[in-house]
Amino acid sequence: MTVGIVSYGAYIPKYRIKVEDIARVWGDDADILSAGLMVNEKSVPDLDEDTATIAVEAARAAICRAGINPSRIEAVYTGSESHPYAVKPTSTIVAEAIEATPSMTAADFEFACKAGTAAIQACMGLVQSGMVDLGIAIGADVSQGAPGDALEYTAAAGGVAYIIGSNESEMVAVIEDTFSFTTDTPDFWRREGMPYPEHGGRFTGEPGYFKHVMGAARGLMEKMGTSPEDYDNAVFHQPNGKFPSKVAKMLGFSKEQIKPGLVVPWLGNTYSGSCMMGIAATLDQAKPGDRIFATAFGSGAGGDAFSFRVTDRIDEVRDQAPKVEELLANPVYMDYAMYAKHKGKIRLG
Amino acid sequence: MSVPRFWRQQVQRYNLVGTHCKNCNEYYYPPRNTCPICRREGAIESYKFKGLGEVVSYTIIHTAAEGFEHQTPYVLGIVKLDEGPRLTSQIVADIDEVEIGTRVRPVFRKLGQSGDRGMIYYGTKFTPV
Repeated sequence: MTVGIVSYGAYIPKYRIKVEDIARVWGDDADILSAGLMVNEKSVPDLDEDTATIAVEAARAAICRAGINPSRIEAVYTGSESHPYAVKPTSTIVAEAIEATPSMTAADFEFACKAGTAAIQACMGLVQSGMVDLGIAIGADVSQGAPGDALEYTAAAGGVAYIIGSNESEMVAVIEDTFSFTTDTPDFWRREGMPYPEHGGRFTGEPGYFKHVMGAARGLMEKMGTSPEDYDNAVFHQPNGKFPSKVAKMLGFSKEQIKPGLVVPWLGNTYSGSCMMGIAATLDQAKPGDRIFATAFGSGAGGDAFSFRVTDRIDEVRDQAPKVEELLANPVYMDYAMYAKHKGKIRLG
Repeated sequence: MSVPRFWRQQVQRYNLVGTHCKNCNEYYYPPRNTCPICRREGAIESYKFKGLGEVVSYTIIHTAAEGFEHQTPYVLGIVKLDEGPRLTSQIVADIDEVEIGTRVRPVFRKLGQSGDRGMIYYGTKFTPV
């Protein structure tokens, strides 16, 4: 049975902080950091925004884009590493807010930056088996970076929702296949009750990101018998601009192929929303018949690779909800003091 | 706010669900069980508001209630929905961005929380279109 994306929606808070404003506080060289990370600024949530509010806005945009009757959504899965509750699902809040309740199933996913794509795979299985009509998979985060830590330059906020279905006439993109590559790799973690994650520094690169993205991407292309030349565009998890650019080159994809989906220089790393945001930005400009290759990465560690084929339907729904480029436009900049307040980094009382 | 009290009003806070009297075509938010105009002749039905409206009055809060101290200054406004009902809501905007007559749309935001251990309350606020 064919399975694919019936609709998608994204949400990005309007606030930004520039890398140079963070570097000034910690005495780092902003030019070297920006050039090295290929990140200029990152999004910051408003005082009353969290993963649940961002997930709801993204899900509503997805419903609006294709005019979906929310009662058809019988599975709601939200992937995040910053769920507002330790125990109580974000997904029930989303399901109630999009009016998909009560005849449906819901659960929260966690797999560092690839919890959202893991949720897409779960929805694929449910719709392909006929257990549900439509499923919605969301990747959303208000990611944490300790003050002064390297992560603080990129840890951003945003979310993306994909509605997965099996009726080909409704699909904006067919998911041709998926492949995952997973091992137990302690490159990044956050212990229960701790406010900020820890990471293995340079250890996050080769044994973490590159091994798993390469493993998943090569595995999918071998499984399908495809090569980089078969794809119009490609998206790789973007914790910074350097990693996806390097891994694309290692796999044989060109700079032009990854350009539409490389949103990290003006957004930062939206963690569970990262690769999914790149896919959304690519769909925003895709033509019917385009093929898109995507690989998400989650520390811990694993990679989820996907092959998409865009359908004629994309032209009908593309303009019915805000595009990623529009969500990135007209940001409101803040200094480090306001950023610290918005992120709850100031100890009160 | 107690957990059951918020939970009972959750649906109407998340999605601006009120009521409509089919007899006199009046809309109500928050929802009413009976139409105060038509009384026994009233025909009340559930109604989900489109959410679009305009600011009919507003104030800038500089001295906030407990739990909102760190959000000041912020805009608190009376929004008249296009269907007629008026409600009080925080307007998510720069304080210089709001005027009487400003068109607004709904956004899903945190309304508050019961400290660090209690429930987080979500619902609808408005922002300029």
